Amino acid sequence: MILPNFGNVAQAKLLAAKVCIIGMGGLGCPILQYLVAAGVGHIGIMDADTVSWSNLNRQLLYNEADIGKLKVEVAAAAMLKQNATIQIKTYPVALCKENALQIIEQYDLIIDGTDNFNAKYLMNDACMLLNKPWIYGAVSRYEGQLSVFNYLQQSNNNQSASPAINYRDLFPISPLPNEIASCEEAGVLGVLPGIIGTMQAAEAIKMITGLGKTLYSKLFTYHLLQATSYEMNIQKPANACIIDTGFFERTDYAYDCNTKTKAYTKDIIEDMDEKITEDEITEDDIEEISVDQFIQMQIDPNFYIVDVRERHEYPPINFAQIQIPMSELASNVHTLPNKTICFICHQGIRSVYAAKQLKVSRKGKVFSLKGGLTAYFKTRSI
Amino acid sequence: MKIQVLFFGSLTDHTRLSELIMDLVEDTNQLKQVIMQSYPGLKMAKFIIAVNKQMIQENTILKKGDIVALMPPFSGG
Repeated sequence: MILPNFGNVAQAKLLAAKVCIIGMGGLGCPILQYLVAAGVGHIGIMDADTVSWSNLNRQLLYNEADIGKLKVEVAAAAMLKQNATIQIKTYPVALCKENALQIIEQYDLIIDGTDNFNAKYLMNDACMLLNKPWIYGAVSRYEGQLSVFNYLQQSNNNQSASPAINYRDLFPISPLPNEIASCEEAGVLGVLPGIIGTMQAAEAIKMITGLGKTLYSKLFTYHLLQATSYEMNIQKPANACIIDTGFFERTDYAYDCNTKTKAYTKDIIEDMDEKITEDEITEDDIEEISVDQFIQMQIDPNFYIVDVRERHEYPPINFAQIQIPMSELASNVHTLPNKTICFICHQGIRSVYAAKQLKVSRKGKVFSLKGGLTAYFKTRSI
Repeated sequence: MKIQVLFFGSLTDHTRLSELIMDLVEDTNQLKQVIMQSYPGLKMAKFIIAVNKQMIQENTILKKGDIVALMPPFSGG
């Protein structure tokens, strides 16, 4: 090592470090590659997914021969070839409330390679409870961002009593499906997660070695097409969320495409629409139907399919009776005919929310295609 | 007497632009009103506001030359 300030001491710190990367996709791949190359001694990698063809434009640890294999297995094998001295532990599971504390507890630093809000909130809260710093990263089409949360160590001369800045200081509760295109794979230029993931790896190396300054308490955003960046200072709200064991236990992080309506946390439901309460809308009123059921029901002339994807979303479909983007649904809900309504979207999150909106003004069952068009095309193409 | 407004991430779906120069308004509340009138889609959107790179929590007085950023949450990976 001939890099100034980066001698044996820094290298030894890297070797002793225990880092867990959650999510082995577009962000996770470069994070892992650079940490392995840097000589981080103990790395945990977590992802339940298998490699698919659409991953290959940005997840450079995988190739065509790996399709169908577990990402963590392929990644670990590739990394051990690069640096056999490091220890890699694989977790072929998704981060969930039941495993989060147990796994995160074993590491000094957690790095976010996830692609959904549930995981980010769960990671944040688990890290707050266990007092672990974590490096956030996310991308949206041509923009990416990162930050360092819960990292008080850097101002160690005077430990402040106020809790560290965390993700909930930015956005206290998880966005609703209609607030952000979380259901839609918004699409991303492959090089962008490469850039953001590499920056996350750089933050990790600085935090482990103690070199330089980090992005703690700052939110850094990079715009690839404009070649610009923007950095904002995060301010802790006066009424910041207090993340304690009780909060963690009460919060339901399972709200995602594959979970049923009841999994919405109560505060989210209240936030969603003041008119809707949990009592009014029961699970029986909204039925998530499978692709097979959907195809059968399509024969019924009374079956009316509403595509709630935004207009730019791909692919266009010809079997929906109407497209009313989620952002316009509230003002158009009264225009829907008195038929059996079934909402569809990309992955089946927004469509459940759309069904809830319709339920406010209508009796009887409303349907939502479970798994959305992703599930539909998967079934149809087989 | 102008200010600059920056839109990030999915907010540009509603605005179709990432930057806007507009006449100075009194404060951030008024700014929200004005831009939501121009881009009604933003009413449904979730975002935080920063004035001159400082995240704000409450209504903030604006002055000429201020740069206001509207930042939604990002989730992709």
